[in-house]
Amino acid sequence: MSDDLKILDDVANSEYKWGFVSNIESDNAPKGLNEDIVRFISAKKNEPEWLLEYRLKAFRHWQTMTEPVWPNVTYPKVDFQDIIYYSAPKPKVQLDSLDDLDPEIKATFDKLGISLEEQKRLANVAVDAVIDSVSVKTTFRETLLEKGIIFSSFSEAVHEHPELVKKYLGSVVPYTDNFYAALNAAVFSDGSFCYIPKGVRCPMELSTYFRINSAGTGQFERTLIIADEGSYVSYLEGCTAPMRDENQLHAAVVEIVSHAEAQVKYSTVQNWYPGDKDGKGGIFNFVTKRGICLGYKSKISWTQVETGSAVTWKYPSVILKGDNSVGEFYSVAVTNNMQQADTGTKMIHIGKNTSSTIISKGISGGRSHNSYRGLVKINKSADNARNFSQCDSLLLGDQCGAHTFPYLEVSNKTAKVEHEATTSKVGEDQIFYCNQRGISTEDAVGLIVNGYCKEVFNQLPMEFAVEAQKLLAISLEGSVG
Amino acid sequence: MSTLQETKNKILTSTVFENWVNASPRVNAFADTIKDAAQAFTAQGIPTTKHEEWKYTNVTKLATTDFQISANNNTLKKVDVKEMKVTADAVIVVLENGVFNKEASSLEALPKGIHIGSIHDMLDNAAVKKHFLQHADYKTEPFVALNTATFSDAVCIIADANVEMETPIHLMMVNTCDELSAYIPVRILVVADKNASIHVVETFESFSHTNSIFVNAVSEVVLAENAKVNYVKMQDDPGNTTHINYHRVAMARDSYQHLTTLSLGRGLIRNNLNIRLGDVNGTAYLNGLTVARSKQTVDHHTAVDHAMPHCYSSELYKNLIDDQAQGVFNGKIFVRKDAQKTNAFQSNKNLLLSDDATMNAKPQLEIFADDVKCSHGATTGQLDDESLFYLRARGIGEDAARALLNHAFAAEVMEGIAHEGVKEKMLELLNEKLK
Repeated sequence: MSDDLKILDDVANSEYKWGFVSNIESDNAPKGLNEDIVRFISAKKNEPEWLLEYRLKAFRHWQTMTEPVWPNVTYPKVDFQDIIYYSAPKPKVQLDSLDDLDPEIKATFDKLGISLEEQKRLANVAVDAVIDSVSVKTTFRETLLEKGIIFSSFSEAVHEHPELVKKYLGSVVPYTDNFYAALNAAVFSDGSFCYIPKGVRCPMELSTYFRINSAGTGQFERTLIIADEGSYVSYLEGCTAPMRDENQLHAAVVEIVSHAEAQVKYSTVQNWYPGDKDGKGGIFNFVTKRGICLGYKSKISWTQVETGSAVTWKYPSVILKGDNSVGEFYSVAVTNNMQQADTGTKMIHIGKNTSSTIISKGISGGRSHNSYRGLVKINKSADNARNFSQCDSLLLGDQCGAHTFPYLEVSNKTAKVEHEATTSKVGEDQIFYCNQRGISTEDAVGLIVNGYCKEVFNQLPMEFAVEAQKLLAISLEGSVG
Repeated sequence: MSTLQETKNKILTSTVFENWVNASPRVNAFADTIKDAAQAFTAQGIPTTKHEEWKYTNVTKLATTDFQISANNNTLKKVDVKEMKVTADAVIVVLENGVFNKEASSLEALPKGIHIGSIHDMLDNAAVKKHFLQHADYKTEPFVALNTATFSDAVCIIADANVEMETPIHLMMVNTCDELSAYIPVRILVVADKNASIHVVETFESFSHTNSIFVNAVSEVVLAENAKVNYVKMQDDPGNTTHINYHRVAMARDSYQHLTTLSLGRGLIRNNLNIRLGDVNGTAYLNGLTVARSKQTVDHHTAVDHAMPHCYSSELYKNLIDDQAQGVFNGKIFVRKDAQKTNAFQSNKNLLLSDDATMNAKPQLEIFADDVKCSHGATTGQLDDESLFYLRARGIGEDAARALLNHAFAAEVMEGIAHEGVKEKMLELLNEKLK
């Protein structure tokens, strides 16, 4: 408990802890979006002709689309012409060691609590650190290369493995998919690329740290993970962002391809700036994440802990195409103050004997709104498909809202689909029990909420689980009266 | 869209409608509302599947059918409907093609304090004045707007304060129309005043063999303090019918309502149930059963609105979907900011009986208060193999075993019907349907 108390104390005495701006010279594109900007981004990154074509096609398609309004969130309209679509730290000489890293960037990471060399030595984690769209440093690449694993920035992959990128880019999330996916396909800056060859079990957790940095730049990350037959990879994505007054747009796309008997585990901890108590500022997080289980017994597992962002709009999905494939979704979404989250998953069952599990825990406090929106679709071909969904909501105040919008579409009689949802508050008897044993109300709520989320936290890799618990405590600060 | 325009033209410019709205002095009291509703319908049109509330149920063919309002509404006699009575002693109210048929009804032995009749004869009743056309929202519901703009008759059932009536009131909607394509608006108002208690049964049946029938029914049920209404809706329309039903219940404090919807018909059925717990300590039960066959779609949309604290609601919906039929369940529970200490429960269970059957369920919770207990559960699957095996091991043939299990599955919904006689009759009907 003392550790948790310390966190609460720290937070109570500080503003958003990770709100600072590091001063790196940006090489920005002019504000606004048109074909020239798309060409500019492509040229900046020395991209081959086919990729430019892809971007332009996406851009032209995006122009024909309208911004979706169906999510259960309200926010000021985004002016897409008022965004800088490309900003890169000034190119430095190719880095050979960590010592060559821009000291400012290094300091940024130190403030975040991830010292690269520490991570390199102590935690068995390879970090592809992304600052504002361009990969600055990739670690452990050599170690991974020995196993034939490709883990690099997206731009590097475009040059070094064009055949793979060409084959899989847009194969799971085509640019026609939705408004933000189209926008991303047109202007994506950089991201991570990961390929695990046949039969290889990735020996370490792969991780990317995202960080939105320059004022007024939207981040359009593109992540592509391919797990070839019989391989295994666990991928971590974690985010913090500096404090900003104007709203920042983040529209990322993550694509996962899991071949026969391959397993991909994707974990996210998202803690972007949620805006202040009155909802001023904060990140708009409009993300498209989708994976496809292509072959027999493929498996994709999403785990997410969403505590940040002013508005979150995110549905990590799995297309279960291969027979006996498995999809999982574990989510904790915490909203406080004026935050809004509309998040959930889609499980599309196509193959026979496919199964999916959805565990979603929503926690709302303050004047926030937290929605679960999920689709379970059992196609006619999906014999013996199995789904279990559980969506629980916890309300921590009388000003907040919790909403559930599950869609269950079943077209096969052998399918078994179960959905459960409950909404409740933290029981007074539970708090009383804790109080009686000398635990303060605030600590008791932290304890109870952490227990409530245990099912999801258990799915996270160790380091992440610890961070997630702390984040939860921080996010709930001040929500208990 | 042109199709919407066409519908509007077809229905709203039909001479029957024009004449009725403009010429009938009897409805002058409501002329403004009717015109307003006509405009609201024009603005909304027939919804397409792009409309979130109509995502799975396609009714756009209504927009392209040349519907006529039925003119021939006085053919039934008492003897014609005798067999259909829900219980031997039930008070029978016959609506032939949506129009009250006094001849076929039996209202002779009404207890004191119960008033039943056509809107045209009941305009002076205080409760009618206060509640008629006041509860179903035509601004947001296109078919309520259409109904409000086009009904030519309505039946009102008024129970005065402290009147308790055990005998069921049976609203018998019978279609006898012979137009090629007939449009039948049905309008019901039920008011239970303070401490009143009544049983109402609605049945929809048809003697008509025309091409297509479009039934557009709106029922408004109003409960005053501590009133109690047990309501059963039984839909047994034939395959040529598109049945759209809107049922609105407005509940005052301490009131109790129990509503059972049995969709056993063969056409397209869409039920919109809208329950508002408008004051403290209300109790609402909503049960529903679907037996869907061939290519039909049966769609239950329920919305329970907890506006005030200390209310209780419970929903149980079961769907048996066979052949190429589609079942839809959309259950919404709203808990408003002030509705603390709300208990709201919802359960949706679906059985798919054939390879081509489809079930689309969308149980939905929207909660704005923190001290609540709300839950929903939805399951879709097929009959349990082990149960089948158990029965077959005891010498029961496969078909009989399946029928037995299906019946057991469905009968749970019937159990909630309060009136023993009505329950028995409904179980009998169900048995026939499941054969």
